[in-house]
Amino acid sequence: MSTAPATLEKVSVIVSKGSLDGIYPPLILANGARAEGIEADLFFTFFGLDAITRRRQEQIRLATVGNPGLHLPTALGGLPGMSAAMTRYMEWKMEQFDFPSIPEFVEMIADTGAGIYACKASTDLFGLGKDDLIDCVADIITVGEFYARAVGSQIIYT
Amino acid sequence: MPIHIYAGHSVVLDEDGYFTEPERWTEEMAPYLAAAEGITELTADHWQVIKVMRAEYHAKGSGPAVRALAKISGVPVKELYRLFPKGPAKVAAKIAGIPKPHSCI
Repeated sequence: MSTAPATLEKVSVIVSKGSLDGIYPPLILANGARAEGIEADLFFTFFGLDAITRRRQEQIRLATVGNPGLHLPTALGGLPGMSAAMTRYMEWKMEQFDFPSIPEFVEMIADTGAGIYACKASTDLFGLGKDDLIDCVADIITVGEFYARAVGSQIIYT
Repeated sequence: MPIHIYAGHSVVLDEDGYFTEPERWTEEMAPYLAAAEGITELTADHWQVIKVMRAEYHAKGSGPAVRALAKISGVPVKELYRLFPKGPAKVAAKIAGIPKPHSCI
């Protein structure tokens, strides 16, 4: 009889969304993995790159249009300033539960020993170089290199 | 639940290896608990963290997760992972004889 392994060995978490609600969940997954002693890599691709791009990192917004979970009518969600206001509200709520800000959270996750990687296709597309990304980014890698690093891990796409 | 003997005292651990009766923990048990987690020597830095875990547990009924642990203890996150590579809050809780911290961040 075979027994299942007690824990996961490694997770490779892909971050492809650039909204506040798109970025926190994969950060929590990667950070939580490290807290459990599980290895973790974060791979930022497409708009997810905003979370590790210097000039964008502080301006991550909550999506107020096309976000039914917010229970806000689409016509209202599109009003000028709505996304900024809802983002401020959400950040205030999160602060009460001691959520770190996105810049602080990414840096903390790097400090846990997780690998922070940017997708080459996306950085090429957006015209970003290593200098445009925050210091804790280990490297800009291709999808092939991502898979090579992910050997033996569970890949989580968000 | 399994009964273990550390430093001559028997203690009951839950199925994940955490103390079910934290009041039965003594400092003498810590090196044995640490060894079971692969930590061969408890330095002053380890002790600083272990004491914070216990103090927080007594004050709040639960040990802190990693981020709070770093804030309260003053030991940076990077250093916490160097001291307790298999997960600082989790492993320090085991060595400190308190239940597993319940927090997502």
